[in-house]
Amino acid sequence: MECQECHERPATVHFTQVIQGQKMEVHVCKVCAKEMGYMSYPEEGHSLHNLLSGLFNFDTSGLTKPQGKSYQQLHDLQCPKCEMTFSQFKQVGKFGCAVCYETFNDRLDPIFRRVHAGNVKHNGKIPKRQGGHLHKKKQLKDLKAHLKKLVENEEFEEAAKVRDQIRELSQQDDSEAGDQA
Amino acid sequence: MTLQHFMNEAISPWMRKEGPDSDIVLSSRIRLARNFANVAYPIVADPSQLEEIRSFFKEKYEGKSFGAYKNFAFLSIRDLTVIEKRVLVEKHLISPLLAKHSESAAALISENEQVSLMINEEDHIRLQLYVPGFQLSEALQQAFEIDDWLEEKINYAFDEKRGYLTSCPTNVGTGMRASVMMHLPALVVTKQINRMLPAINQLGLVVRGIYGEGSEAQGNIFQISNQITLGKPEADIVADLQSVVKQLIEYERYAREQLIKQLGVQLEDRIYRSYGVLEYARIIESQEAAACLSNVRLGIDLGLIKNISRNILNELMILTQPGFLQQYAKKTLNANERDQLRASLIRQRLQLEQ
Repeated sequence: MECQECHERPATVHFTQVIQGQKMEVHVCKVCAKEMGYMSYPEEGHSLHNLLSGLFNFDTSGLTKPQGKSYQQLHDLQCPKCEMTFSQFKQVGKFGCAVCYETFNDRLDPIFRRVHAGNVKHNGKIPKRQGGHLHKKKQLKDLKAHLKKLVENEEFEEAAKVRDQIRELSQQDDSEAGDQA
Repeated sequence: MTLQHFMNEAISPWMRKEGPDSDIVLSSRIRLARNFANVAYPIVADPSQLEEIRSFFKEKYEGKSFGAYKNFAFLSIRDLTVIEKRVLVEKHLISPLLAKHSESAAALISENEQVSLMINEEDHIRLQLYVPGFQLSEALQQAFEIDDWLEEKINYAFDEKRGYLTSCPTNVGTGMRASVMMHLPALVVTKQINRMLPAINQLGLVVRGIYGEGSEAQGNIFQISNQITLGKPEADIVADLQSVVKQLIEYERYAREQLIKQLGVQLEDRIYRSYGVLEYARIIESQEAAACLSNVRLGIDLGLIKNISRNILNELMILTQPGFLQQYAKKTLNANERDQLRASLIRQRLQLEQ
């Protein structure tokens, strides 16, 4: 059955009202049900966030359809830190923690593209103090790759120098970690 | 610094100063969303972790000053009454969402009320900075300085690719929402605003009423802000917003000129009738008060009304909100009582000016 309002999505909300013997039936999709006030909004989710969860559902419909429930359960990613699953994220429209971004990374680009006019990559401010740390992280990564290559080529003298550089950099890293709440 | 300081005055100290284009742009605001790297976001976090964040801010920042922003007051939302929370919301010092998150939510507010840090709202940290008039770039620069100051002690959730990681995907990247509050009576009267709003939306900007998301435009005051936070540097987002605001300012000024030419004494009549209502009404609803205040403010801007200060619009718009009225009365009031007190406060305030 298709939604009687938008005629696009399947009707998933069925609502029967009897007023003074007059029976009225409504068959609408979730999105229209919310718009028409048949379903209450969650306390904190206002317009934009609710629209968002609609967008997310659309994104993965192809993924979950053919194999049914077991496929969805098997492939429902779960954040190791806050235990939020991808399905929950789609429903709530909010991330649970910073690690969610890594966990769901492969599925985020289409979402960000829709919300941010095609953009998926940050191009603004980098934290002043942590930014240095970030550059250092990149430097460390590069040095380690370089070291591996040197060892493979048996250039041990050069490799020893790079190893010392790495050691020095990572020690600086530890001492600058800063206090946290 | 006590809570009372924020409760007594309807307008914040910074609102008394005039900024550029303040005949049309009442204020500019920058909001930055930030989170701790290793703590789950408020929607799923363990209450004890949020409590730790709350005490971290109390310990490290209560009573501190940064540049022109002195004596940060620390307010625990759970210690406030319903009316006190409402007053802070009406003054835009906290969001309605923070007021609801009572348990570990808190706010750090500078003495001049220009800077407010909301703790444990949707994100761990929401930094907001207000400036009078149209000066978004200045607001951005100052917000960045405070952001750097906070970052000295906090490890932010930041990722090279995605930027500042926020709870809602609509804030990720810069975490920045830049906005201006504009008084656009002439564009509303001439109905031009109805054609402009859809165009503004297409440019990736959002138009809302005075109290943000979901609120209606009271007193012809509109809030315009950026929607997109990912992919562009903050300065570019601000520049895009600025160019649209500049155009709106020009259109509004032109529409005002046309109104004077076309309506002449009719416009004057409308403004003075509103003035009369405010000066003599005994019962006034908030919608009517807002409409009259908007007309009087237009009269001041057009030079028709000379003996009233400009910020009477901002001040009375806030002072006559339900929370403030009840704070003033020191008790809960029903709608009828509020309408009477509103009328009486407006009369008193106008008499002060004469």
